Amino acid sequence: MAWRFGTGLAEWRIAWLKIAVLVKQIPDPSGVGKLDPQSHLLIRDQGEVVLDPGDTYGVEAALQVAAASEGEVVVISMGPEKTVEVIRKAMAMGASAGVLVSDERLRGSDALATAQVLAAAAKRVQPDLLIACTESTDGYTGTVPAAIAELLGWPSLTFAKELEVTGSKVRIHRQTPNGHDVVEAELPAVVTVTGGINEPRYPTLKGIVASRSKPLEQPTLEDLGIDPSTVGASGASQKIVSVEPAPQRQGGEVIEDQGGAAQRIADYLAELKVI
Amino acid sequence: MAQKILVYGELVGSEPAPETLEVLTKARQLGEVGVVVLDPEAATAAAPLGAYGATMLYAGTDQAYREFVAQPAAAALAALVEEHHPDLILFGATYDARDICARLSARLGLTVVANATDVVSRGEGFAAVSSIFGATQNVLTELGGPSPCVLLRPKAVTAESATGPSPPVVEVSLPQDAPRGARRLESVVAPSSGPKLEEAKVVVSGGRGLQDPSNFELLEQLAELLHGAVGASRAVVDAGWVPYARQVGQTGKTVKPDLYVACGISGAMQHTVGMKGAKHIVAINKDRDAPIFKLCDLGVVGDVLKVVPALISELESRGVNG
Repeated sequence: MAWRFGTGLAEWRIAWLKIAVLVKQIPDPSGVGKLDPQSHLLIRDQGEVVLDPGDTYGVEAALQVAAASEGEVVVISMGPEKTVEVIRKAMAMGASAGVLVSDERLRGSDALATAQVLAAAAKRVQPDLLIACTESTDGYTGTVPAAIAELLGWPSLTFAKELEVTGSKVRIHRQTPNGHDVVEAELPAVVTVTGGINEPRYPTLKGIVASRSKPLEQPTLEDLGIDPSTVGASGASQKIVSVEPAPQRQGGEVIEDQGGAAQRIADYLAELKVI
Repeated sequence: MAQKILVYGELVGSEPAPETLEVLTKARQLGEVGVVVLDPEAATAAAPLGAYGATMLYAGTDQAYREFVAQPAAAALAALVEEHHPDLILFGATYDARDICARLSARLGLTVVANATDVVSRGEGFAAVSSIFGATQNVLTELGGPSPCVLLRPKAVTAESATGPSPPVVEVSLPQDAPRGARRLESVVAPSSGPKLEEAKVVVSGGRGLQDPSNFELLEQLAELLHGAVGASRAVVDAGWVPYARQVGQTGKTVKPDLYVACGISGAMQHTVGMKGAKHIVAINKDRDAPIFKLCDLGVVGDVLKVVPALISELESRGVNG
């Protein structure tokens, strides 16, 4: 960087931020999830799949940081071939390129293997900032982003309900049980965002049309230098051995309010000795 | 030989966090329990940690654990795990523990089960129970590999003291090369009044059915009359109506009050996971088909903006005044 002088470095960095954002395709959350009866794995490639609603906040956050820095957003995902659809959706929102790792051998990977694959994909992209949502809507393990940060040797700033990038620093408001912490780190870093951090945009028609011709790279495990024996169901050090219906609460009395519901509730509270 | 269980313990102030006591209660049913606490005040918590089953306290007291998020703690924990090779590592699922567990897992190649509701012995090793699809299905996952990690959901286990003695304390040092990473600059506590959401005997929660943020005032009034706390669904927290600290559900708090009053909450799985352990549930919702009616003890199909004010007047007319 021959033109590093004065505050020029910070300005130079601002001008070229590359943001990677992790997305995931999940079965339509309004439907009922199904498990494969033999493998007990979630059936991910049948029926309607959608971009995880939590990820729309991550994509929006990435687009906002990129817009402020005239940078670009690259979408990274791992999943079945159908994941192309949700990457195109993120591209329609404004991301400029995508990387999808899709390989039958990844089926049944645990959170650790998932993090290894996504970290390897992130290394190819070489972003200044990697954004993900706090946890997926289908698996909600929530350990993948911090594990990626560890594998990359980067700081992680998780549970962000506010996000700001200034110069070479990222600062967030990190949710705590009773408020928030202000947390700051040097780039490159991993940030996870919570729902409600922003108002995700809807793709425009123009965006949808443009998304079809944006570059999508599909590296193999070999391209990423991942040993196939360490991923997938056989590479995982955990195995689902049974899935059984959980005991459910029995519903009680349901009444229509015709003006007397408040008395009925008050009677019930008295019965419980709450009042 | 007893299995070696390592519990990642956390403090609130100088006291063990409730999640830590829950995890210790579970851990002592599974084997010999060591607890690691990485906090400047770690050593002061030995007595209560021992009472709940820890027979060894590994205490790291470097300020870096408080000042920096996750990275110093993960480095120290990794060194401890490599030295002692525990058969199982248990964490309470707090914000910090989830990040530290994730980093430890990546650093040492350990498998993780998050969101566990129970851990059981199975053969020579362990298995974790977790619930999926809004807790309608229980999954049993067998854990293998070295030192598998489990994050136990808050309130999945009831903490019970075992009157154990104060354990010996072993100093843990921060590895020289430990990265610092993200720095905590400031902690902001949101103002709140009344009982804490996760400790209240009565919780009155609101969702989209309240139509407008100002209508949460009604729930405040009702909660005050019942000496309860006000909770909320994710939808209204995401919409910015109420602070996140009020959120009940998968991504919010898990509550187990004696009485839960769900006002204008449809009962999405996201929400019910956090409240279905309540002893009694009352639900008010316009939609007769809302899933919340399948798990409540008393359901009212009606307009929450009519029923709640009527209930407040009814309680006042019966002499209830908070």
